[in-house]
Amino acid sequence: MGDIAGLVGKRLGLGLIILLVISVIIFFMVELLPGDIAQAVLGQGATEENLAALRKEMGLDQPAIVRYLGWLKDAVVFDFGSSVVTQEPVTSIIGERFAKTLFLAAYAAVIAVPVSIVLGVLVALMRNSIFDRVANVLTLTSISSPEFFLGYILILYFAVKWGMFPAIASLSEGMSFVELLNRAFLPALTLVLVVVAHMMRMTRASIINLLASPYIEMARLKGAPPLKVIVRHALPNAWAPIINVVALNLAYLITGVVLVEVVFVYPGIGQALVDAVSKRDFPVVQACCLIFAATFILLNLAADVGAILTNPRLRHPK
Amino acid sequence: MSEKNVLLKIRGLKIQGYSDETWVDIIKGVDLTLHRGEVMGLIGESGAGKSTIGAGAMGYARDGTRISEGSIEFDGMELTTASESEKRALRGARIAYVAQSAAASFNPAHKIIDQHTEAPLQYRLKKRMEAQEDAIDLYNRLRLPNPEEIGFRYPHQVSGGQLQRAMTAMAMSCRPDLIIFDEPTTALDVTTQIEVLAAIRDIVEQFNTAALYITHDLAVVAQMADTIKVLLKGNEVEEAPTEEMLSNPKEDYTKSLWAVRSFESPQRYRPKDSTPLIAVKNVDAAYTGGPKILDDVSFDIYEGMTVAVVGESGSGKSTTARVITGLLPQSKGDVLFKGEPFPPDYRNRNKDQLRQSQMIYQMADTALNPKVKISEIIGRPAQFYSGLTGVELKNRVDELLDLIELDPSLYYNRYPPELSGGQKQRIGIARALAANPTFIVCDEVTSALDQLVAEGILRLLDRLQNELNLAYMFITHDLATVRSIADEVIVMQQGKVVEQGPKDDMFTPPHHPYTDLLLSSVPEMDPNWLTTLLEERGVDNVGDAASAKITDS
Repeated sequence: MGDIAGLVGKRLGLGLIILLVISVIIFFMVELLPGDIAQAVLGQGATEENLAALRKEMGLDQPAIVRYLGWLKDAVVFDFGSSVVTQEPVTSIIGERFAKTLFLAAYAAVIAVPVSIVLGVLVALMRNSIFDRVANVLTLTSISSPEFFLGYILILYFAVKWGMFPAIASLSEGMSFVELLNRAFLPALTLVLVVVAHMMRMTRASIINLLASPYIEMARLKGAPPLKVIVRHALPNAWAPIINVVALNLAYLITGVVLVEVVFVYPGIGQALVDAVSKRDFPVVQACCLIFAATFILLNLAADVGAILTNPRLRHPK
Repeated sequence: MSEKNVLLKIRGLKIQGYSDETWVDIIKGVDLTLHRGEVMGLIGESGAGKSTIGAGAMGYARDGTRISEGSIEFDGMELTTASESEKRALRGARIAYVAQSAAASFNPAHKIIDQHTEAPLQYRLKKRMEAQEDAIDLYNRLRLPNPEEIGFRYPHQVSGGQLQRAMTAMAMSCRPDLIIFDEPTTALDVTTQIEVLAAIRDIVEQFNTAALYITHDLAVVAQMADTIKVLLKGNEVEEAPTEEMLSNPKEDYTKSLWAVRSFESPQRYRPKDSTPLIAVKNVDAAYTGGPKILDDVSFDIYEGMTVAVVGESGSGKSTTARVITGLLPQSKGDVLFKGEPFPPDYRNRNKDQLRQSQMIYQMADTALNPKVKISEIIGRPAQFYSGLTGVELKNRVDELLDLIELDPSLYYNRYPPELSGGQKQRIGIARALAANPTFIVCDEVTSALDQLVAEGILRLLDRLQNELNLAYMFITHDLATVRSIADEVIVMQQGKVVEQGPKDDMFTPPHHPYTDLLLSSVPEMDPNWLTTLLEERGVDNVGDAASAKITDS
């Protein structure tokens, strides 16, 4: 098991380095955005003296590298500074919103992951049947439609025509968990529709890829029924690629929700990001980007570790 | 034997395979009758349809094949018309299968014993604990080391020969009436093969199980089978009891199979007072971060001579070749070419040094780029080393194709997938010759080929050697090949040279004990060979056990 701890440690270290590189990129990309922040804050009528004073106050008169290091030092302890627009600490602006985004992502994932793996196993079992083709066409259709379009279609039917779920996913304090689930159902369903196709198709492909293996033929010649051949003999060897796709899609559930949140007016981090960009609120933009990057890196790390843990050769060394 | 004892009756069996968008017959009407407790050997070259018949005996058609005609009757039950679930109920329970590569046929995700007990549990023949106890009993009978514990390991933690025995044990788990052995020892080293053969024969006798033993190796089938059926391209050639088949084959094809190992090139001796072409001096080598693979290896190869390097897989044969060609720089020692040191890394060798040593690979299939024309495969080294272009280059390629006995007008513009296995290997030879080398490494060049085709390649290599004064380093695990082509032999074990000398010496005692083990492990045509050998040496002095003793001492 020492090997595995070593491997995980290595990946974790690598992840931190990547995160550092990304923080550099995020910071300086925001720097490169055209326009003067002090000008944006104070408006066109501001005098040169006022602008200079504000720049000094915000530390904008210092060289970029000094400001980056200061920002990084604070970011390590989750202090991303204050919003340029509202003067509130960034952490309090996005903290709660991020939790809501995580809730929505988890909601969608809890539905999407089991559904797509079960569907993937079933279409692999009934490959080239009508069921396989229909499932393929439907999931491909859903993945190729833009999220906002899917979202509006769902609103049209589930909210407007049938009135089953609310069209606007506004959450408020003191709602019961069931109420929360009900409110967030349509955005979660939209996300599910977008991610199921990838995961299902990867499950199907990785299983079918293994069906030509000698050990699968052996299982068949031992009299194992088809479902057992797939679930017991193919699936355990197919985890690595499936886990990778699942992780990528989970990351998408968190970072790709901007449009869905806007469509359903869901108070998540995507909304905050859109607002911040339009108001040139750069500390919030930087914080959001860094959170998204960290999410991606963490989930990919989890996928790597998962793939290692499902490989018996690594789990049980000679 | 009476009709009542018939276990498997195949009549007029035709199996078709799907290729080029039509169904073609692979098995063209074969009859087969197997009695209870009888072992029948099915032999033939690749493409003869042995394995297809083996799977067919279980009512199983591999993907892309179908049973199109005839009847397969197992213990009174017609399999061609039986439903899928009726056939499935037989598999594992009454007919079991032992595959060629146990390493690939055990599921890497589950423990060996869990795979063993799968069928008995599924058929509700035993409870889990009983099935496990039975597995341990079978491991014991098959003489597996640590029978109590070995089943609780994962397949990758167990050696190939042990896995093959564990797979035989698994086939026995439901005490089937019939076991199909599909080339069970082909992937093993000779020394390991012997203990697997002994174990299989023993257990089949103990339980009086009938078996179809599929192999291309005549000497192996002679040890295992009561009767032998010879197949050629999906047709039966002849069938007879083993003794009779060996002593008195009737058909010409069978006779030609029996006579294959007749080719033997005359022995050459080292020229006196000359520098060796290649001298390997005290070489150690290891792969990055790995253990030492070669340990103080030294030998010489003289101009125009063939040095065969023999030993089990993992003994360092191919690694030695990689050191000589500069693919793996040695960590210690020197490789001298005509007395001058070769730079260890091929990247530091100049064109003339690179030209001198060329390689021919085992798998011609993967060693040739399928998307590149033959003319370019051979033309590229000719252009690179000799700077030939245009008409000169074309003439050179034609000349090389002539050398390997392929008609340039037919093959110049073709692609590798259009060629047979033997033809591809010839292209591999031509590519090596195109550089105008003095020394060629032949790495198991005939082991993927059928015997008749392999013989053709050996004859060709011998002729080319005489015409072009080439030196060969011939890596092989097949001692019959050594007999036919080598001048000198080097025996390697665990990265060390344990014995070297002229071929005549090598095949006459006394030897290093490892050489002795290697030589005595090569199956012979005599059907009593295995029995006699086991009596002489004792079951504990063959195979892995014996080679471990040699290493320890």
